[in-house]
Amino acid sequence: MNTRYLALILLLLSSSSLWAIEVYDFKNQQQRELYQELTQELRCLVCQNQNLADSDADLAKDLKNQVADFVMNNQDKDTILAYMVQRYGDFVTYNPPLNAGTFFLWFSPFIVLLIGAVILIFNIRKKKQ
Amino acid sequence: MLPEIGQFLLVLALLLATALTVLPMLGYARNNETLMQTARPLSHVLFITTMASFVILVVLFVQQDFSVRYVAENSSLELPLRYRITAAWGAHEGSILMWVTVQALWIAAVAKFSRSLSLDQIARVLSVLGFIALGFVAFVLFASNPFETIFPVPLDGRDLNPLLQDFGMIMHPPLLYFGYVGLSVAFALSVAALIGGEINEQWIRWSRRWTNIAWAFLTMGIILGSWWAYYELGWGGWWFWDPVENASFLPWLAGTALIHVQAVSERKNAFRGWTVLLAIIAFSLCILGTFLVRSGSITSVHSFAADPFRGIFILVLLAIYSGGALTLYTFRANQLKSRDTINLNSRETLMLANSLIFITATFTVLLGTLFPMIFEAVGKKISVGAPYFGLMFFVLMIPMAVLLPLGSQLKWHRDDVMLAIKQLVPYLLITTVLAVIVWFLFKPLNMRAIAGIYGGLWVFTATVGQWFKHPARGSAGVIGMSVAHIGVAVFLFSMSMTEHKDTEKDILMQPGSTHQVAGYDFTFTGVDRVQQENYQAQQGHVEVRREGRLITTLNPQKRFYPKQQMPMTEAAIYAGWTKDIYVSLGEAVNKEGGWAVRIYIKPLIRWMWFGGILMLSGAIIALFSTRIKRQEDKQRDRVMEQQLKLS
Amino acid sequence: MKKIVITLIPLALFFGLVTLLFLNMGYHNEHVPSPLIGKSVPSFELPLLYEDKTMTEQDFIGEPWLLNVWGSWCPNCLYEHPVVTDLAQSGKLKVVGLNWKDEFSDADNWLKRLGNPYDVILVDYVGNTAIDFGVYGAPESFLIDANGIIVHKIVGELTPENVANEILPKLAQLQ
Repeated sequence: MNTRYLALILLLLSSSSLWAIEVYDFKNQQQRELYQELTQELRCLVCQNQNLADSDADLAKDLKNQVADFVMNNQDKDTILAYMVQRYGDFVTYNPPLNAGTFFLWFSPFIVLLIGAVILIFNIRKKKQ
Repeated sequence: MLPEIGQFLLVLALLLATALTVLPMLGYARNNETLMQTARPLSHVLFITTMASFVILVVLFVQQDFSVRYVAENSSLELPLRYRITAAWGAHEGSILMWVTVQALWIAAVAKFSRSLSLDQIARVLSVLGFIALGFVAFVLFASNPFETIFPVPLDGRDLNPLLQDFGMIMHPPLLYFGYVGLSVAFALSVAALIGGEINEQWIRWSRRWTNIAWAFLTMGIILGSWWAYYELGWGGWWFWDPVENASFLPWLAGTALIHVQAVSERKNAFRGWTVLLAIIAFSLCILGTFLVRSGSITSVHSFAADPFRGIFILVLLAIYSGGALTLYTFRANQLKSRDTINLNSRETLMLANSLIFITATFTVLLGTLFPMIFEAVGKKISVGAPYFGLMFFVLMIPMAVLLPLGSQLKWHRDDVMLAIKQLVPYLLITTVLAVIVWFLFKPLNMRAIAGIYGGLWVFTATVGQWFKHPARGSAGVIGMSVAHIGVAVFLFSMSMTEHKDTEKDILMQPGSTHQVAGYDFTFTGVDRVQQENYQAQQGHVEVRREGRLITTLNPQKRFYPKQQMPMTEAAIYAGWTKDIYVSLGEAVNKEGGWAVRIYIKPLIRWMWFGGILMLSGAIIALFSTRIKRQEDKQRDRVMEQQLKLS
Repeated sequence: MKKIVITLIPLALFFGLVTLLFLNMGYHNEHVPSPLIGKSVPSFELPLLYEDKTMTEQDFIGEPWLLNVWGSWCPNCLYEHPVVTDLAQSGKLKVVGLNWKDEFSDADNWLKRLGNPYDVILVDYVGNTAIDFGVYGAPESFLIDANGIIVHKIVGELTPENVANEILPKLAQLQ
């Protein structure tokens, strides 16, 4: 992470030159997309329901820097998410994990759909007779 | 003086709504025609009363009467006149008064345009609507009175929330209220039908029209809300799955199911109970949404100031209206006997399948919105957001798109499914060819993008083809349906492109520097200060060029509203036919005028909203269906004859 | 009768929903529970505010301690300052400050003005250790046992109530 800050500071000091650089110097498009994906999935904890990408809060900036560092250091998505969840809990991700507590959340829509389909077909059949 | 008159008018409205609730229903119970006939005039007077009190509130804002708390809190001496007028419904109290006014307007409209209903039917419908108005007028009077005065009178007001000083946000709430309140007509009809224990085709045909209008308003309100979030919040997103957004989306989803089921039950005496239940659900979700937005029980970017008393009040209203309607449903639904049979191989089946998909979607959104509450009940916290809803909608809406052309291909009553599928094969081939072309133009595309694009093209080609072959392609019903379905196609296609082929860059730019994003050169020429009536802004200048040719100069702003001590990001957008170029300012990064600048390229994003506009246009066009009009005329003559005979 | 049971389902579901909404109004709050309770303190190596050395989590093993995250910019830290002072002076446990996202001169002035209740003050101006602790706002306080296990966390300011009802009973359990 130090290299990035160093580059930034150097640029800020050398004000005479014309520069336009990306805030985060990602190595490639995959990294850039991973960063965007992660900052959209992670919650800004101090905000009223905003993700990191959409937030200007100080904590959000820190967390974005942290995410960017991980991404630039070739960490994968799961590792970065796990890092955040370990510290802030499941609340930090907008993508709820699949476990016993969230089973209902993930599967009840399909159960509703299935039951509905059975009732629908049953009713149509019944009326046919 | 004016505030007191406004207040008095509200008390009067409360009495009128009580009369409207009690008298016609009493007349129905005792078969007393005179009492039932009070329904229509009472409706009109109720509307005049509430409208007058709303106009008074607007006048208070125009006159800058800071002795009224609501005015003092949401206006200021510097606020331009146009925003003073719209501030009348900018915050909680005024917006609920507007809701009541719109409700009364709708009731008056129902009283006027209901010649095809018999007196006992309209008496029951208006009585139920009066009861709904009663609850909301009481809510205004007892929990959110906009006419409350304060002493000492402040010299200046606290100004309107800057987020609301904007056209999109001015139009968004009224449109939503027209939608919510419009759904109350179908709700009232259902309750009236349950009270009477019977419902016939004429009733459903009559309420279909109201549902279509309500749904069109709701669609427009949601489109405006999405458009507003896109350009005003400064993050380039168009839908965040925020609980407040979901609150307006829920009635829309249930309304979509309702529209399709009404089309079935208007033609057939079947699934009437389902129609009635859907109408109850749709309106209940409007009240539930209001509760979520205004009670502070959910965490959202857009919540109104939370007030537990208001929350409890709305919850009680919800319990009375929806609980009452569902209790009636429990005991009376079985009396709405279905006599007709439905063939499995018919359009009806597919329409019902559609309602099932949409009601499942409704359930999913509701579950995702409320699930954090369930977790909180056991002391844990969880977030449910875009990744969940996005995946669920993908899984639910792809079958919807696949089945849609089959539904419009099949005939009513009875058809041959295998034959219909065979007839769809040419469209499938055309779709595939088009999809391959799109793939080569825009690869790489991920799975979801491909599915969405394929689904959009599939619905488009099939709908256009079916329309050309349709024997009655000139009829408003067929045109309306086709236009709405093309809207679905346009939405699916452009939404997939917007979501999956967009570009986003955060760049630190020194004045004079240029950066290339997606083939466009962005030159940042610096930031200067702008002073407006009630805010100061730092305005950036970004020149956009393509191959050296200047396309546009964008001027994104960072605004500061001193009264509200609130900073705002005002994005600058170049709206093109095929893509939007969207620039917003981050913050200054050094003393030499360097700024962080955010640049987005959003392909086809306007087409997505245009798809929504096509959907609602379809719903409006269908109102002019001659088939329905003919049958309505017949029915009206029948009612007239009956009345003549009686007198 | 059987039919009524079926048509009763929507009403029953609705009733459940309203109950949930009603109950939630009572206990909805914005505090995020920490997943670190019962886990070891994240490892850190931080400089001190007033001494030219660094400390790690290992240096605190041996007795229970309270880590209080604060900053001179934080209004609620001002409110809790007397409570923190009382707790530190009671001698019941060691109170360690974590000066978060601050500047030395501001923090120093703040302490000079109000008094320094802390046994020792760790400094995290970049904010990385705070992230490791799952801090999302100041003030926050962590009760940590003699083995370096986080026992309890209080989000928001310490008050005489939550010290008496949460911190001290948990502390008593440790001893």
